[in-house]
Amino acid sequence: MTAPDQVTCTIDGVEVAVPKGTAIIRAAEEVGIMIPRFCDHPLLQPVAACRQCLVDVASPAGPEGKLRAFPKPQPACAMTVTPGMVVSTQVTSPAAKEAQEQVAELILINHPLDCPVCDKGGECPLQNQAMATGRAASRFTEPKNTFRKPLALTPQILLDRERCVLCQRCTRFAMQIPGDPFIALQMRGANQQIGRFDPATLGFAVPPDELADQSLSDPVTPDGEPFAGYFAGNIIQICPVGALTSAAYRFRARPFDLVSTESVAEHDANGSTIRVDYRRGTVLRRLSGNDPVVNQEWISDKDRFGFRWQTASDRLTTPLLRRGGELVPASWSAALAAAAEALGQAAAVGVLPGGRLTLEDALAYEQFTRRVLKSGNVDFRARPANGEEAAFLAHQVAGTGLGVTFEELVNAPAVLFAGFDPEDEGGILYLRLRAAKTPVRALAPFTSRAIRRLGGTVHQVAPGQEAAFLDKMAQDPATEATAGTVIVVGQRLVHSPGGFSAALAAAKKHDAKLVWIPRRAGERAALEAGLLPGLLPGGRFDQAGSAGLDVNQMIEAAAAGKLDALVLGGLEVSDLPDPELAAKAFGKAKVVALNVRREEVSPYADVVLPVAPPQEKAGTYINWEGRPRPFPQVLKSAGLSDAAVLRALAAKLGFELTLAEPGQGQSALADLADLAEPSVRCPAPKQAPGPAPVLAEDEVLLSTWHQLVDDAAGLADEPRLAASAPAPVVRLAPDTAAGLGLTQGELVSVATSRGRIVLPSVIDPDMLEGVVHLPAKSPGSWVLSSLGAASGAVVKLALAASGTEEGEK
Amino acid sequence: MTALMPVLTSRWANERSWTLEAYQAAGGYQALAKALTMPPEEVLNLVKESGLRGRGGAGFPAGMKWSFLPKPDGGPRYLVVNADESEPGTCKDVPLMMADPHGLIEGAIITSYAIGCHSAFIYLRGEVVHVYRRLLAAVREARQAGLLGESVLGSDFSLELTVHAGAGAYICGEETALLDSLEGRRGQPRLKPPFPAVAGLYARPTVVNNVESIASVPWIVDKGADWWKSFGTETSTGVAIFSLSGHVARPGQYEAPLGITMRQLLDLAGGIRPGHELKFWTPGGSSTPMFTAAQLDVPLDYNSVSAAGSMLGTRALQCFDETTCVVRAVSRWMDFYAHESCGKCTPCREGTFWLRAVMRRIEAGQGKMEDLQILEDIPKSIVGRAFCPLGDGAPSSLVSSLRFFRDEYVQHIELGRCPYDHTASYLFQVVTP
Repeated sequence: MTAPDQVTCTIDGVEVAVPKGTAIIRAAEEVGIMIPRFCDHPLLQPVAACRQCLVDVASPAGPEGKLRAFPKPQPACAMTVTPGMVVSTQVTSPAAKEAQEQVAELILINHPLDCPVCDKGGECPLQNQAMATGRAASRFTEPKNTFRKPLALTPQILLDRERCVLCQRCTRFAMQIPGDPFIALQMRGANQQIGRFDPATLGFAVPPDELADQSLSDPVTPDGEPFAGYFAGNIIQICPVGALTSAAYRFRARPFDLVSTESVAEHDANGSTIRVDYRRGTVLRRLSGNDPVVNQEWISDKDRFGFRWQTASDRLTTPLLRRGGELVPASWSAALAAAAEALGQAAAVGVLPGGRLTLEDALAYEQFTRRVLKSGNVDFRARPANGEEAAFLAHQVAGTGLGVTFEELVNAPAVLFAGFDPEDEGGILYLRLRAAKTPVRALAPFTSRAIRRLGGTVHQVAPGQEAAFLDKMAQDPATEATAGTVIVVGQRLVHSPGGFSAALAAAKKHDAKLVWIPRRAGERAALEAGLLPGLLPGGRFDQAGSAGLDVNQMIEAAAAGKLDALVLGGLEVSDLPDPELAAKAFGKAKVVALNVRREEVSPYADVVLPVAPPQEKAGTYINWEGRPRPFPQVLKSAGLSDAAVLRALAAKLGFELTLAEPGQGQSALADLADLAEPSVRCPAPKQAPGPAPVLAEDEVLLSTWHQLVDDAAGLADEPRLAASAPAPVVRLAPDTAAGLGLTQGELVSVATSRGRIVLPSVIDPDMLEGVVHLPAKSPGSWVLSSLGAASGAVVKLALAASGTEEGEK
Repeated sequence: MTALMPVLTSRWANERSWTLEAYQAAGGYQALAKALTMPPEEVLNLVKESGLRGRGGAGFPAGMKWSFLPKPDGGPRYLVVNADESEPGTCKDVPLMMADPHGLIEGAIITSYAIGCHSAFIYLRGEVVHVYRRLLAAVREARQAGLLGESVLGSDFSLELTVHAGAGAYICGEETALLDSLEGRRGQPRLKPPFPAVAGLYARPTVVNNVESIASVPWIVDKGADWWKSFGTETSTGVAIFSLSGHVARPGQYEAPLGITMRQLLDLAGGIRPGHELKFWTPGGSSTPMFTAAQLDVPLDYNSVSAAGSMLGTRALQCFDETTCVVRAVSRWMDFYAHESCGKCTPCREGTFWLRAVMRRIEAGQGKMEDLQILEDIPKSIVGRAFCPLGDGAPSSLVSSLRFFRDEYVQHIELGRCPYDHTASYLFQVVTP
């Protein structure tokens, strides 16, 4: 019996039922037959170019349904199975076997025999295929094709063209998956090759005047090369030969010397499955794992290349203690004693654990704050935040478990983004949306690259005015939101007071789902652990009203001398709502910092306690879906997790912390929830949208968000990755530019009373007038630090005479 | 059987035959007027009934191809005329478009009418700039005369005809590669299905036909299917252009009913050049297996040539006399296929690269006996494995030459040089200063 959408066929004598539209090569996998392939990739459209997967096919034809064999072998990757089809692969058909051997011989004639020095050697599909079916000795005695090598496709991706078998996986990935077609096939025949637009290869260049016509708003890297996208690194992994290599990994290891551990990426809230490969205690590369429900087989370049921060040269190996104004190495006992003394003596203490914690560490922070320090002053939000958001998170998100999933989100009839860019702030989520062709809409002042490539629409909303839009949506029954719409709110909605309240109301009104997607990997776990004032683990709300201070209040209080001590986790001063005030606050209070490296907060600390980075401890992230993402310890390490350090510190203070087993945070949390009295939830925030700001002649509204690859602390020690990011620019509307007499490319200054940022300009016809956009924390554009302002703020815009100094960090 | 039967070529010798005036004076555009009085299906059925088979090489029945288009859905449907004539030896479409561009345009209008297309394209080989100019001028003339545009000949049928010049790639003669190229992409063949009839140009239903096929349509409309069927054989109806080139006394285009033999054609062309005799010839261009004098009496129709082990192809009858070194000739053809392989699939890209290298070595006297095995084997690795028919056709001349002239290959290898005096085969005089 075959289900209605199933098709039954026979492969090498084995009957198999597969969904309609399944390629022969996939159906064969179902019955355990591996048809060799190079160009085939399950997540890419078939191209049938390599011809390695040829098999014999016969299918019923004519009125009597007599089996008719195809006259020549067919590509198993491109042909879909039909009812009654009989497939004979290399296992049972000598003809198919012969065809595959013939293709294997041809594929190898121009392939260099440099396997001993090739990165792919040992994990190479071509090598495997040659070993399995190739000839012991080649019959090809002619000179092989050679090319200049390697060719840098991006600062971190190198191409050895003579190794390439022209399977087009990379070009198809670039075109079909992220929609960043930065490479293409060029030339033809045996000279055919992958490349970027390169006059040296093609023998011609685009005349300068035509080049000027091209859209200058397409981003370029700091070197002036076209931006290749945030996902280009995936092509290295899917290359079936050693043609594409990582500049950072090239020639540094042999695959068979590596130890591979499956883990979870720490750079964003998606919780992408990754594979960490190390040799002799050093991580050499990271690859995407295969996780159909989360990241499929793709990861962002940030997740792939950004791991050296964990072993950066400023990594702390011993505690540091302030002696005579200087931080000097100290013993653990001395450091713990000093920290305990500082905290024990303090009348009022605050805890800012940061947003990158595992659930286990977050639970330890929770116990440490409330039980040991007996304080309610805790907030994981080491970034702009407000009380409305805290109430929203406590009401809507905390303790709700698995909510809207990737699957539900990408299959939603419509998705609306508020205070969130699906690529810069969503990473791999962007790829999932694009693959599913999800209809998306965004509240933004311009059409970002992501929205453009998603084919989405933008409701032009000035930064800070999202609340008004959502509020209108909540009032208006005839809005575009349909039942099943998913409203995605990002952390940038804090810059639009009333935004979270309005989003809740709008979702309720239109029966839409609401999902909060933070940027950092640890924010959801911290929320579940109760690292917000008034919120207890599992989403329980502290009715007693003994709520503590939030991040803004703690910094203000500390700056005013009302908090004596602060415990800081891994966080950057430059990410805090007001970096200047935060610096003042940290300077005033006694600071105990738990840091992996000498970080931005370390200089303010009186005691710095070193903690292990993610690859040196086990733990659990909770991604934005609410899905626990446990990961094992990759490297043996003497480093202690935040939880272990807090336990030691608690012991000095005379308390014993009960820690969750690393990787078992989810069950520890469940236990806590079981113990709890009937759950009381935080009431929904009800804040009305603020008024639109009134702008003076030279004033505009500031729009800003973080580029996916920027000056993030987690991307330290990765110059190649930094060189592949889009160079920062100020984006502004034609009318705004005309008002200044500005031409595209000229330097423009964006200023507040605190400071200014000077960057080249890009005139975007699609930009809302009276708004400028610049990246939040890219080289030369540290908005919070330089301007003391964030999205929605009023800034002054002026021409900057060329030769002006770079925007100060 | 009448030997010559000029139909498509009948106007070529007229004074300024390429002008609209001369074309109309010779009865041009009357078929169009007639067609516009008929329902489109009737025109389609007429062509179906005529048995006209595609003249671009594969010989697929034209009317049947048109009838594969799905039912009109209100969206656009396209006619694309394949004028990317680029195979060595094939030289019928270029002279047709030079001498009689309106014959093609009239055929394109009638075909468009029959299939419900309002936007047709002629994809022309990029190197033939003179033909490009002539076609552009003819289209301009036709538009000014109300034969193209909003209301064709005052009817409510409208048609835009665009002439597009390619950039010089043999692969763009493959219909799906042609469509990609026409869309502005890299010309490489597409995966089928979907076939162009379902999703062709801009993913819309599309008919792709050769120049000569389309230029035959007005004649069929004008004189009827029975008249057309009165020429040729039962399965290969009508007349066709035979292009004789090489060592013949009078090379050129000979239009005759299908089924004529090479012997008859050679008689018309004055035979092989004086003092020489035929050594080998190609029936349908360089991608069809070669014949020798033994096949001179094979009727040149689709089925008979296939039965004799080759293909009628584009009726590019290249003749080579006994002064020709077959190794050298095949080596040149392998150069062509290695140069023109689009690179998409492994067998054609790597196989032609290998064959070229081996052929060049043998020709240069550096062959080894093992090379013969390579020359036997590699074509088997290409044919039936390549992505598109162009790969399948690439080694045809080599395979057939080994069948007929294996000794010559052996001779090259044993002597360590080419035994031929190439100057003897030249069709021009070599002047030494």
